[in-house]
Amino acid sequence: MEATIEVEGLRKRYGPIQALDGMTFTVSPGTVTGFVGPNGAGKSTTMRAVLALDAVDEGRALVDGRPYATLRRPLSHIGSLLDAAALHPTRSARDHLLWLAHSQGLGAKRVDQVVAASGLQSAIRRKAGGYSLGMRQRLGIAAALLGDPPILMLDEPFNGLDPEGIVWIRGFLRSLAAEGRAVLVSSHLMSELQDTAGHLVVVGRGRVIADKSVAELIAAASSGRVELHTTKRTEAMTVLTTAGATVAITDADTLTVTGLAPEQIVEALNQGNVPFSQVAAHRATLEEAYMELTRDAVEYRASTIEAPAHESTQETTR
Amino acid sequence: MTTNSGASTVPPAPYRSQVEPGRDGFLQLVRSEWTKLRTVRGWMIGMAVAGLITMLFGILGPLGSGAACNSSNPHGCSAIQPPTLGPDGEPVTDELSFVHKDVSGDGTITARLDSMTGYYAPANGPADSLADLSKSLDPWARAGIIVKAGTTPGAPYVAVVATGANGVRMESNFTTSTQASQGAATGSAISSATPQWLRLSRTGDSFTGYESSDGVHWTAIGTETVAGIPSSAQAGMLASTPDHGSTTYLFGGSSVDSSSALLVAQFDDVAFTGDWSGGAFAAPPTLNQDNGPAPGAALFQNTYTQTGGTFSVTGTGDIAPAIAAASDDTKSIEDGLIGTFAGLIALIVVATMFIASEYRSGLIRTTLSATPRRGAVLAAKSLVIGTVTFAVGLVAAGIAVPLVKSMETGDGIFVLPTSTATELRVIVGTALLLALVAVFATAVGTLLRRGAGAVALVIALVILPYVLAVASVLPAGTSQWLLRLTPAAGFAVQQSLQEYPDYAQVTSAYVPAAGYYPLSPWAGLAVTFAFTAAALGLAAYVLRRRDA
Repeated sequence: MEATIEVEGLRKRYGPIQALDGMTFTVSPGTVTGFVGPNGAGKSTTMRAVLALDAVDEGRALVDGRPYATLRRPLSHIGSLLDAAALHPTRSARDHLLWLAHSQGLGAKRVDQVVAASGLQSAIRRKAGGYSLGMRQRLGIAAALLGDPPILMLDEPFNGLDPEGIVWIRGFLRSLAAEGRAVLVSSHLMSELQDTAGHLVVVGRGRVIADKSVAELIAAASSGRVELHTTKRTEAMTVLTTAGATVAITDADTLTVTGLAPEQIVEALNQGNVPFSQVAAHRATLEEAYMELTRDAVEYRASTIEAPAHESTQETTR
Repeated sequence: MTTNSGASTVPPAPYRSQVEPGRDGFLQLVRSEWTKLRTVRGWMIGMAVAGLITMLFGILGPLGSGAACNSSNPHGCSAIQPPTLGPDGEPVTDELSFVHKDVSGDGTITARLDSMTGYYAPANGPADSLADLSKSLDPWARAGIIVKAGTTPGAPYVAVVATGANGVRMESNFTTSTQASQGAATGSAISSATPQWLRLSRTGDSFTGYESSDGVHWTAIGTETVAGIPSSAQAGMLASTPDHGSTTYLFGGSSVDSSSALLVAQFDDVAFTGDWSGGAFAAPPTLNQDNGPAPGAALFQNTYTQTGGTFSVTGTGDIAPAIAAASDDTKSIEDGLIGTFAGLIALIVVATMFIASEYRSGLIRTTLSATPRRGAVLAAKSLVIGTVTFAVGLVAAGIAVPLVKSMETGDGIFVLPTSTATELRVIVGTALLLALVAVFATAVGTLLRRGAGAVALVIALVILPYVLAVASVLPAGTSQWLLRLTPAAGFAVQQSLQEYPDYAQVTSAYVPAAGYYPLSPWAGLAVTFAFTAAALGLAAYVLRRRDA
């Protein structure tokens, strides 16, 4: 059995809020899987369900093919970081790692190894209460690595990191995946996962919207889009909308047009006497692809997202 | 399969861990929780402070009082009289009118009791003769026959007596009192027409008591073996009556409503047989009685008059166990542990925060994801906090009890003797009490998840009832119920004072304010244990069911 996280049809309701609504995905080894969606999409709830911290109403979550609650020494199966701030303020960082190691039958030697990997050696005997958020994230990742697990699950590990820290963690996550580990990293900002994640699970309102490789996602988001540079933005929009296109403002003199081929756009602009400097097929950024997906999820959730989203992104483009 | 948009398009081989798997089990979990506890310095300091406070209160007692042995006392330490002690070292009251003669060997004494009349001094009124007194027979007035090792207070004895309202009884050595199945139920029912015959015979250390209504048909009350009465002893008639009145414990003190009482008992047909025949009664004391000064006016003397074969014996006092530690000069070993409740407050805070802080910081999720077996987590936590608080209690009590005892003895205070077993029980029991309450606090902290609320609740359930009860803020009855029904019942394990249930006139003074708990030491601790077990069970149930 390959080391994976399998999530199948998780449903959970907190009072009136359906936090998880059929959440289903699988995390594969050897790549970093980004787990993205707006705040409140159910990312943290899913992770808590995977760790058997929260009970779900329906569905199941498996780690290494087994329910988490049945794992012995679970930290050797999966390392997790849910909340980097969850530390006793007056206990030293090293002692924090030590009790955690002891709970898995591990000793101080292993603690020293993960401390070295986290780059916290100089501060490790200080009280955790004095740690910056960035240092806490490093400490949390060190804790997740204690059992040297084949699976890692990190909730918003980029939060509070300075640019240097973000670069460090991106490289670190990539190297962990390159060793053959399954790595699930949640974020509400797609840009953080740029160049890190190979695969993405995009969620909104408790269910999966897209489950694709990054390449596939960008390709889908780019299709049929044309980028237009013009100084007469308003006139261009009027002309193109009349011609049946959908126009979005990208910045001061740039428009993104969908629904018309580039030749049709040039023709329409010429007929309307609107000056333009450049028309080009658009290549979407990851951020745009994500915004597109999640915006639709929010606006048309009930009526348009009936079919499983990962089959195609056609339903989610206008 | 998906492809990686980054560096590699070929997925690497699944990861194989290079770390030797650790051992898995409850011991690892216990070690982990111990590491948690010892690595928060504040908690360790709290534990030490708890131990110190527990000892400090006890030590401050003898330091503060100085008792009667300080320089301002002109008599110095030698002036301090230890309380009268019975044959087993327990404090007793030994005050009676004793009409006695020397006897030796085995023999029998028989007497006919013709009447018991009780009197007490009216409030404020002059009392020069019996006519000035009010009539009232105390339920524990005694008239009867007795064999006693001597006239020294506290000397061993065996007696057969009629009482004011507690029937005919065979009593010995201040602590044993058995009511006869027959005989006059009340002293006022005894008259020359319906006398009460009493008989006591000795064979070696074996004593048998009898009662009869006619001096012909005798009924044995019982046979007791009482050591410590030498062959040469004293035997005769006795009369005694406790003071008329009652003691009320309320609102931080005791109020005694009491006046001197007097019993007049008429005896006839007094006969000594066996080795005891012959000899003469000691003359009545010219002033006061055998055993120290009489209470009150000269009228209240322990004395007797003899007219032919008829004796009229006048007595006051009591021959019974005493309420210990009633004075500043007498202490019991548990006085060294008076600070337990204060130390316990510190322990409750630490024990509660041990779990509540995890909820506050979110660390509970780390704990429960490291060990999904939640019941085991709670068990390990309880074991760790229980063991550590037990150790703290053992050290604190193990130092405080002997130290305070020796300080008090050095101050000239009389410390009631206790057996080694009792002293060990008080020390180990105190440590157990601390451990149980600490585990209780951890369980409550698990249930409430809030430190402040849980600390307040545990203090309200454990410390408050104890303080209210022993400071006699509440009436004695309410205090006793508090110490039966709340987790504070476990404080009973600290009681070294003996209780003598046969003596109802004394048991009424067995109140928490005087250091007497309503439950026996282990029964009290069992109540605390039950609360702890229930809270722990509920906490385990809730912890398993609840989202972390």
